[in-house]
Amino acid sequence: MHPAYSVILFTTSSGAGYGLLALIGLAGATHGAASSIEFAITTLVVALGLISVGLLSSTFHLGHPERAWRAFSQWRSSWLSREGIVAVATFVPALLFAYSWTFSNQAVALWGILSAVMCAATVYCTGMIYASLPTIRQWRHPLVVPVYLVFALATGATLLLALAHVFARGQLIQVIFSAAGLASALVLKLVYWRSIDSTKPSYTIEQATGIGHLGAVRQLELPHTAQNYLMQEMGYRIGRKHAEKLRRIVVLSLTGGLLFCLLTLVLPSALATAAAILAVLWAAIGAVTERWLFFAEAEHVVNLYYGKPAA
Amino acid sequence: MTALPDTSAVGQKKLGLVIDLDICVGCQACAVSCKEWNTQGYSAPLIDDDPYGANPMGPWLNRVHAYEAGEGVDAQVVHFPRSCLHCEQPACVTVCPTGASYKRAEDGIVLVNPDTCIGCKLCSWACPYGAREYDHNHGVMKKCTLCVDRIYNEHFEAEDRVPACVRACPTGARHFGDLGDETSDIAKLVKQREGYDLLPEMNYKPVNKYLPPRARRDKAGTHPAVASLTPRATSGRTGSLAERFFRWVDDKLSG
Repeated sequence: MHPAYSVILFTTSSGAGYGLLALIGLAGATHGAASSIEFAITTLVVALGLISVGLLSSTFHLGHPERAWRAFSQWRSSWLSREGIVAVATFVPALLFAYSWTFSNQAVALWGILSAVMCAATVYCTGMIYASLPTIRQWRHPLVVPVYLVFALATGATLLLALAHVFARGQLIQVIFSAAGLASALVLKLVYWRSIDSTKPSYTIEQATGIGHLGAVRQLELPHTAQNYLMQEMGYRIGRKHAEKLRRIVVLSLTGGLLFCLLTLVLPSALATAAAILAVLWAAIGAVTERWLFFAEAEHVVNLYYGKPAA
Repeated sequence: MTALPDTSAVGQKKLGLVIDLDICVGCQACAVSCKEWNTQGYSAPLIDDDPYGANPMGPWLNRVHAYEAGEGVDAQVVHFPRSCLHCEQPACVTVCPTGASYKRAEDGIVLVNPDTCIGCKLCSWACPYGAREYDHNHGVMKKCTLCVDRIYNEHFEAEDRVPACVRACPTGARHFGDLGDETSDIAKLVKQREGYDLLPEMNYKPVNKYLPPRARRDKAGTHPAVASLTPRATSGRTGSLAERFFRWVDDKLSG
C-alpha cells in the first residue's frame, strides 16, 4: 500500500498525544491535582496539541476536507466513522480533566480515568480501521490493534518522562512505563514481522481469476498503457532488502529509546533531562519508521489482477 | 446509509452482469463505451490527466485484462473484463464513514453519492476486485453504476435500456439482467454454463458472475498447423535428396 505521509503523521502524532493524555489522566486519578501548574499546562498543551495536529493532518488526504463532518454519521458499520466520533468526543473529558487537574481539583479521578479510557478507545478504533480489512493479510492480523495501542502508550510515556525531567519531576514510575512500553513495542513488532513473513499469502492469481483449471495463470496484457489509481495506491511495493534495513532502523530506534529511558535513572539531573529528550527522539524515529513500513509492507489482494502470483 | 439492505428474500431483485470468458476477445469496446457513457452520466465527468500525452491516467469503471493460462503451445489466452460486481456483502459500503457509498435496496446496485463522498479512499482499500478508482480532479470515488441512468430510462428504446458495456459488446460476451430471479434468461445461463463468483472465499457474495472458458476440443500441439512449425532438424541426413539439397541452400543463404 502507498504510504501516505498525512496518515503516517496523523497516526503517530495523535497516537503519542493520546498516550500522553491517558497517562496524565491516570496520574491525576491516582495523585489528585497537579503539583506544578506549569508542568500540568505544558503536558496538557503538548498532548492536546499532538492530538489536534494529528486530526487536522488526517483531513489533508481527503478529497473534500470540508465534508469531513459527514464522517460522524456511520458509526454503526464504519470503524473510520467510529474513530472520528470517539476522537472528537475525547476532547470533552480531556478538557474537563485539564480544568480539574490544574485549577478546580474537583472530580480529577473521574475525568482522568474517563480521558484515559477514551484515548484507548480512539487508538483502538484507528487500529481496527486496518485490522478489519479482509483485503490485506498483513493488516488483518491479531497483533495490529495491540501494536497501535502499545506504540501510543510507549511514545506517550517517553514524552511524559522527558516533560517531567524538564520540570524536575522525574519519577521511577515514568521510567517503568516508558521502558516497558518501548520494550513491548519492540517485542510485538518482532513477533508480528516473524508472523507475516512465515504465513503463506492468502490468495493466488488462479483464485482471483477463477481460471486456474486451465493451468498456471499469468498476466499477458495490462488493461491500460499507463498507470492507474489502483497501481499507484495498492501496487506500492517495497524491496525485501529495503524493508529489512528499515526494520533494523525500527529495532535500533526502539532499543536506543529504551536505553536512554533507563539512563535517566543513573545520570545526574541535567544529563538525565538530555537523555529523556533523546529517548523521545529515538522513540519518534522508531514509531514513524514502523508506521511507514506498516503501509509499505501491506499487500492488497487487487494486485493479483495485475499479475502478482499471490497476495 | 452504509448499513446494508436485507437482500435475503426469495426473488429479491439483484441486477448484475454475466461475463462470458469463453467469448470475450478483448477488443476493449466495453471499456471505451463505458468511459464514453459515464463521462457524461451519473457522477460525470471522468477526467483523464494528460489524455493525449505519454501518461494518460484517470478513472475508468471497466478494465479488460488479458491472462495466459497453461504452458507452451497449449496455453490459453483469456480476456478478462473487470468492473464492480455489485456484491451482496460489499465491505466497500460498510467501511464508508459518510454514507456516500450505498447499496440500493430495490435492485442491489452499489453507488457512490458524489455530493457526500469525502474522498477518504477507504472503500477502495476494502474492495478486493479493484472496482473503485479515485478521481482526484473531483476528490471523490468513482465506480460502475450499472448504467443506472440508462437501464430505467424510458426515453430509450428497449434494447438500449442496458448498461453501455453490454450494448457495445460485439461478440455477446456480456449479459445484463436480474440474477435474483431464477426464471430469468441470465440466471438460467449462469446455471447452464456453471457461472462462478470471483474470490468466493472472501465472502463478499458478488452478484456478477463469470462464465468459464470452455475446454479446448483438441490439444493445440497436435494440430497440423502447429506440427508444421516444429523446428527444422539441424543434421542434414534426413529427407529426400531434393529436400536435403534445398536445406543446404537454405542454410547457405540464411547463414
